Amino acid sequence: METLNTLRAGPDEHGHFGIFGGRYVAETLMPLILSVERAYAQAKADPAFAAELASYLEHYVGRPSPLYFARRLTEAFGGAKIYLKREDLNHTGAHKVNNCMGQVLLARRMGKSRIIAETGAGQHGVATATVCALFGLKCVIYMGATDIERQAPNVYRMKLLGAEVKPVTAGAGTLKDAMNDALRDWVANVEDTYYMIGTVAGPHPYPAMVRDFQTVIGDEARRQIIEAEGRLPDSLLACIGGGSNAMGLFHPFLDDRGVRIIGVEAAGYGLTTGRHAASLKGGRPGVLHGNRTYLLQTDDGQINEAHSISAGLDYPGIGPEHAWLHEIGRVEYVSATDDQALEAFQLTTRLEGIIPALESSHAIAYAKTVAKDLGEDHVMVISLSGRGDKDVATVARALGDKAVGGLS
Amino acid sequence: MSRIAARFAALKAEGRAGLVTFITAGDPDAGTSQAILDGLPAAGADLIELGMPFSDPMADGPAIQAASLRALAAGAGLTATLDMVRRFRAKDEATPIILMGYYNPIYAHGVETFCREAAAAGVDGLIVVDLPPEEAEELAAPARRVGIDFIFLTAPTTDDGRLPTVLEHASGFVYYVSITGVTGTASASREAIAQAVARLRRHTGLPLAVGFGLKTATQIAEVAGLADAAVVGSAIVQRLASGLDPTGRAPAGLAADVLGFVKELSAGVRETRK
Repeated sequence: METLNTLRAGPDEHGHFGIFGGRYVAETLMPLILSVERAYAQAKADPAFAAELASYLEHYVGRPSPLYFARRLTEAFGGAKIYLKREDLNHTGAHKVNNCMGQVLLARRMGKSRIIAETGAGQHGVATATVCALFGLKCVIYMGATDIERQAPNVYRMKLLGAEVKPVTAGAGTLKDAMNDALRDWVANVEDTYYMIGTVAGPHPYPAMVRDFQTVIGDEARRQIIEAEGRLPDSLLACIGGGSNAMGLFHPFLDDRGVRIIGVEAAGYGLTTGRHAASLKGGRPGVLHGNRTYLLQTDDGQINEAHSISAGLDYPGIGPEHAWLHEIGRVEYVSATDDQALEAFQLTTRLEGIIPALESSHAIAYAKTVAKDLGEDHVMVISLSGRGDKDVATVARALGDKAVGGLS
Repeated sequence: MSRIAARFAALKAEGRAGLVTFITAGDPDAGTSQAILDGLPAAGADLIELGMPFSDPMADGPAIQAASLRALAAGAGLTATLDMVRRFRAKDEATPIILMGYYNPIYAHGVETFCREAAAAGVDGLIVVDLPPEEAEELAAPARRVGIDFIFLTAPTTDDGRLPTVLEHASGFVYYVSITGVTGTASASREAIAQAVARLRRHTGLPLAVGFGLKTATQIAEVAGLADAAVVGSAIVQRLASGLDPTGRAPAGLAADVLGFVKELSAGVRETRK
């Protein structure tokens, strides 16, 4: 009976979370998707796989990542105690590597010699290129031309790591277009290629598998907050593009009904402008990239371009499990604008000496708007999903003359 | 008997394979696209696949991606696509039309509404690339109820173990994607197609259409000697694209040029006896 009362049992055997998820791919890919599903089920049941992954996470990625009490942010916000889960301290500088390490071990078990991936901000691309270098696998990264321009340091890192970075000029040249081209590559290279999806989206089993590899974030945070505070947190916050860092933090707490869980989407220029990346707030259910989920789309079912200052959130969809958690009301989904994220970026840098990714800055920005009203005994854990060094040029451009307030 | 079944029966009686031609609805503009569609039967098309434009055609190569974007830029969409079929059907009662595309525009339109409107417009079949059998019934079942065939794709990766799953609900014909890749790129060898056709025949009595990578009358003739129909898409769309003026608009005579090209291709099926 216990499974009936848990929110952690999904998806069903066909990969559905309620009406969301599924396997909406061309027939050419179906046999591959099914083989990934079988291989992952076997790996999941094999203690040797878990042990191998745990060893790499400890010795190569540098886990566990700290749960850090941000004293000065807490003082500045004037309310809830703010803890930051420091995924920025992982090797490669973001949570993405947790998933890549799991998937590369799976790809090796499947005997695949070539890895492809899509990337937005480049964090997943860098993490993918890194694990490919580690295991000597050929690596091809699809990245939108717009993103290549705004994330130049990550592009160079990928190349240094031996990856081939293929620019995608279709559409707006962002993450959605990169994912289209990665799928096209996979269809054409079914024999030797493994598609390493970077978020909790795509056809089943990816949303569940990527979530499983990312729940290390929440599992650790749970132990760490109990150690620090002697109890569970009152709230969790994380930014959401596809939603993998958020799902990783949230999932181990879904059944703790006393824990308020908040996902922060990118509101870009503002939800009313139509130029944002908030799929849940501004979209409706549809089918794209292998799954049914909330999508930004026209009345006629054409997919809209998303907008966010943060390349990693600039995607018109969201992982299907988030869509389901939204519909059942277990997780609250809110949003923060480009400007709010920029402000939080500077604040965290100045007050804590931590340069957060623009993605993570959205979560911190929302925390700022609610922390004050929550009271000093409220314990909040925010996922600091990645470091912001990659964003320095974007921030400098956005701030222009206002650059780094007060520093003249 | 459905138009698709009737057409394949007539082809069998003629002792030849059929030519299936693909164009994207509304490419490069509504008028030109309608003129091409209306002229296809006379140019030698035995069945017509009409592409429903989509912003993210991830199983298509550059030619059909560009066609989709041209059509969308010119204001095409699902309702306009059904209007095209209705106008075609007023002039041609016999040539089957199969709508081909991706699921989201149909889902956004509403599955039941779409099926009803498509049947009323004169649509005979659906090919929805991102609905494999595992997900297809939510559209295939309502489509069947209004007499529209749901045509399943099979691929080189669809092995004997999986074929029964794919073919279980198949009707109309079976489409064999002859390469592992997107549309309009590589071409399969004659031997590979021959083996695949023989394998599929062991699993189904439905007519077999072979597509992806067919660009010339010679290739079409090869397939026509093996399968029940040959499908040409990207080559036709490419011909259209190459005839656009520098601003991307259709000059006078573009429809005639595309239809002339289709006529050349159709020699591939008409001169090959089975």
